[in-house]
Amino acid sequence: MDLITIAFYFFAALTLGFGAVVVLSKNIMHAAFSLLFTFFGVAGLYVLLHADFLAITQIMIYIGGILVLIIFGVMLTTRITGVDVKSGKVGIFQLTGAIVLTLSIALLLLFVYTNTHWYQPESIPMESTAELIGTTLLTRYLLAFEAASILLLVAIVGAAFIARKKH
Amino acid sequence: MEIGLTHYLIVSAILFALGLYGIVSRKHAVMVLMGLELILNAANINFIAFARYGGMNIDGQIAAIFVIILAAAEAAVALAILLNIYQHFKHVNVDEVKEMKE
Amino acid sequence: MTQEVILFLSITVLLVPILSFLINIFFGDRLGKLSGVVGTSILAFDFLIAATIAFNKLVTYADLHIIQTKFEWFSLGSFKVIVGYGIDNIAAIMLLVVTLISFLVHLFSTIYMDGDRRFPKFYAYLGLFTFSMLGIVIANNFLMMYVFWELVGISSYLLIGFWYEKNSASNAGKKAFITNRIGDLGFFIGIMILFMTYGSFMFEDVFAGIASGQMPFNNPTMLTLAGIGIFMGAMGKSAQFPLHVWLPDAMEGPTPVSALIHAATMVAAGVYLVAKVFVMFTADALSFIAIIGTLTAFISATIAITQVDFKKVLAYSTVSQLGFMIMSLGTGGYTNGFFHLVTHAWFKAALFLAAGSVIHAMHHAMHHMHDHHSDPQDINNMGGLRKTMPWTYRTFLFVTLALAGIPFTSGFLSKDGILAGTLAWANLTGGWHWIVPVMAFSAAGMTAFYMFRLTIVAFHGEPKTEIARHTHENKLPIVIPLVVLSILSIWFFYAPNPIDATGGWFHKMVVQPQSAVPAAYQWDFLLPENGGHDVIQAAGHGETAQAGGHGYLNKLQEESHHFHYIAMALSLLIAGSGILLAFLIYQYKYISADKLEARFKGLHTFSLNKWYFDELYNSTVIAFMMLVSKSLAWFDGTVVDGIVNLSAQVTRFAGYITGIFDNVVIDGFVNLVARVTEYSGGQLRKLQTGNIQSYIVFVLAGILLLLFFFIL
Repeated sequence: MDLITIAFYFFAALTLGFGAVVVLSKNIMHAAFSLLFTFFGVAGLYVLLHADFLAITQIMIYIGGILVLIIFGVMLTTRITGVDVKSGKVGIFQLTGAIVLTLSIALLLLFVYTNTHWYQPESIPMESTAELIGTTLLTRYLLAFEAASILLLVAIVGAAFIARKKH
Repeated sequence: MEIGLTHYLIVSAILFALGLYGIVSRKHAVMVLMGLELILNAANINFIAFARYGGMNIDGQIAAIFVIILAAAEAAVALAILLNIYQHFKHVNVDEVKEMKE
Repeated sequence: MTQEVILFLSITVLLVPILSFLINIFFGDRLGKLSGVVGTSILAFDFLIAATIAFNKLVTYADLHIIQTKFEWFSLGSFKVIVGYGIDNIAAIMLLVVTLISFLVHLFSTIYMDGDRRFPKFYAYLGLFTFSMLGIVIANNFLMMYVFWELVGISSYLLIGFWYEKNSASNAGKKAFITNRIGDLGFFIGIMILFMTYGSFMFEDVFAGIASGQMPFNNPTMLTLAGIGIFMGAMGKSAQFPLHVWLPDAMEGPTPVSALIHAATMVAAGVYLVAKVFVMFTADALSFIAIIGTLTAFISATIAITQVDFKKVLAYSTVSQLGFMIMSLGTGGYTNGFFHLVTHAWFKAALFLAAGSVIHAMHHAMHHMHDHHSDPQDINNMGGLRKTMPWTYRTFLFVTLALAGIPFTSGFLSKDGILAGTLAWANLTGGWHWIVPVMAFSAAGMTAFYMFRLTIVAFHGEPKTEIARHTHENKLPIVIPLVVLSILSIWFFYAPNPIDATGGWFHKMVVQPQSAVPAAYQWDFLLPENGGHDVIQAAGHGETAQAGGHGYLNKLQEESHHFHYIAMALSLLIAGSGILLAFLIYQYKYISADKLEARFKGLHTFSLNKWYFDELYNSTVIAFMMLVSKSLAWFDGTVVDGIVNLSAQVTRFAGYITGIFDNVVIDGFVNLVARVTEYSGGQLRKLQTGNIQSYIVFVLAGILLLLFFFIL
């Protein structure tokens, strides 16, 4: 077992373990903090996949941005000091349906992934990807990049507008 | 066994299933949102795994970047909507928010 | 100054008053009292332009018959309508008269109308009125003449009914408008006869067509009828018998309006029209005109004698003087008729403005005494105003002399010419036509009598009421117009010789035009004598050829000259006795007015009630019109409405049938479709739980099913 393998299992366990806590925890705050470790584990997996730039991005945006937003959302929409911090349960019927559905999807995906012969060319070892990503974004994916920037602008304005107190 | 593409795909499949379970089984809207984030991360792991092993190279990473951008935008708008729902209903339980039905 | 400049100025002079109208109608409320100043200054400017035009036309282009322009207004295929405008000598003089009197009336009104609720509106209407009148003056075609003719009608309606809160005022406005419409109908028919025949509205084309011998419908009677039709327009506007009834009622308007409408502009329009188209009247049409004019002059003079309302006396005297002008034109005295129009405009405007001054003073006195019941216009409430209102009295007396026809006044010059013309005309035509000069002379005598009756009763003696005692002279804007207008009534402005106007500039400028009517249908004495050169020779064997060798145009003028001194002596005698009689009765009371009244009770009542014209019209024309209207209303109500109702019933029945079809068949089908849709929708909507999570479950289950389906 080399170090890479150990690292992979560590990050995979981190991700899946805390991911399970996220969806199974009754306490929303616990779920939110578990999400942090899940994201961190995913970032570790990125590093193992030679995506250094994306790993940093994952940490900065998911952990620094989205997760903070979610925690704010939790705090703004839940009376933390009260009992309501716990996420309510759904009915047993729906719960059974959810478990069945999730399991069938998971089994289907695992079946597909493990039985498919993926095309795997000789992998080119990549050094730092930041420069390459920057160049590609501003050349081949310029239109998508601009569209994304407009989307973000619209999202900011829209979010500000929607969240504003109505008079 | 050498760590390869399949390992990552299996991780992503389980993460996806966990996210899906979160979306379907929880009442609280923020929890639904978190499940959604898990699904997006599962997709991203796939993109980057294929970028590394499937020959997509940099294009896979670019796709992941756009997913992250979308997730950010989606989280912002979704939370804004959540705040509105909360102001209106005094709770954010998605199964009870069905006024649009009628 | 070139002709183009004059034409440009004349369109300017026309449009400037409309500026006053626009400013005062749109910004009047904001201007308030200033609107009077604005209107007056605009009219002062307009008068200056008119004076420039008149001076240039009469001095530089005196020999040119007309300076004019024409342009195509619109065309429908080969049918073209040409209009235009032009300045001839009488138009130039009329421009002066209209703008100056309008200006003075504007000035006068700044005091007289002060405090009126619709003060700016008043100035707006005055501007509109002046604009319309100037349009008539510079028109050189029938169409434009008619358009502005109607504009004068509507603006006079607005002005006469200005105090429309008073029932009598609004009725007077309507009466003036409708009476004028009757005349305008004739005017329109006349224009259409001429247009059908000669294919043009231009005066020059029509006259040239008549001179070429072409008759409307190849019938000379139609030319006479066309002439009478056009004259009917003049009868309406110039208040000729039997359409004169509107003018006395129009005294309901504010007094400055009376001065403007009834002295110088609107009523002069009729005379001006007759003068403009003078050359197209046949001998028969001229006789008709003469008789109408004479009747008007005589009848209104008799009515004026007994009226007690200050303005009514002046109104009937106006009608009477208009009769004189029309009579003069009808007897071929073109120059004298137009001359009288101008001189009369000055002194009648002065008389009306003096009346306005008196009424204003009476009003003030009444207001001062808190008396709201007396009639400020009743001359029996006046008396002794000579002392309280010296300037009004002086000017009034002077223009009364002018109206009565006393030497050294302009009125003497013009009236004397008219009377001599009627004598000459009667002598040349003979027979029963002698009645014309007889009635004319008696009307002249009555004029002198009633004017001095008015002067003596209103101004002389002791004040008859406390109100009259408390009157006092008005402010300068009222007095100045009076003085200016009286000065213009001095003979000197028209001719150097105080007893004979024929040597003056006016008679040189306003020369009788040669008739366009072929000789067969025209008075022979109106035709030129033996061609151009012999005219002077013909003059030569008269006793006194005119100074400067100016010959007579025709036999009538020569004959008038023969009768000049006879007419002068006669008219002086008659006017003098009229004045003497007035003094004997009203000043010195040698003859009791009451006894006279009792003695001639019938005549007095007849005159006081204005010959019962209104009653006559009410019982005949109006009653007939009401009958016609009522029968038409009956026809409308029963026959027309019956047909309409019947068709409505039929439509309704058809609608009922189709309604049943609609309800049963079409609606049934539509409802069926709707029911099916509703039912299937009702079943499907049960799937919609509104729960997002269950949607996701459905979606994923669907995907799974599809996948299994494809894989297995």
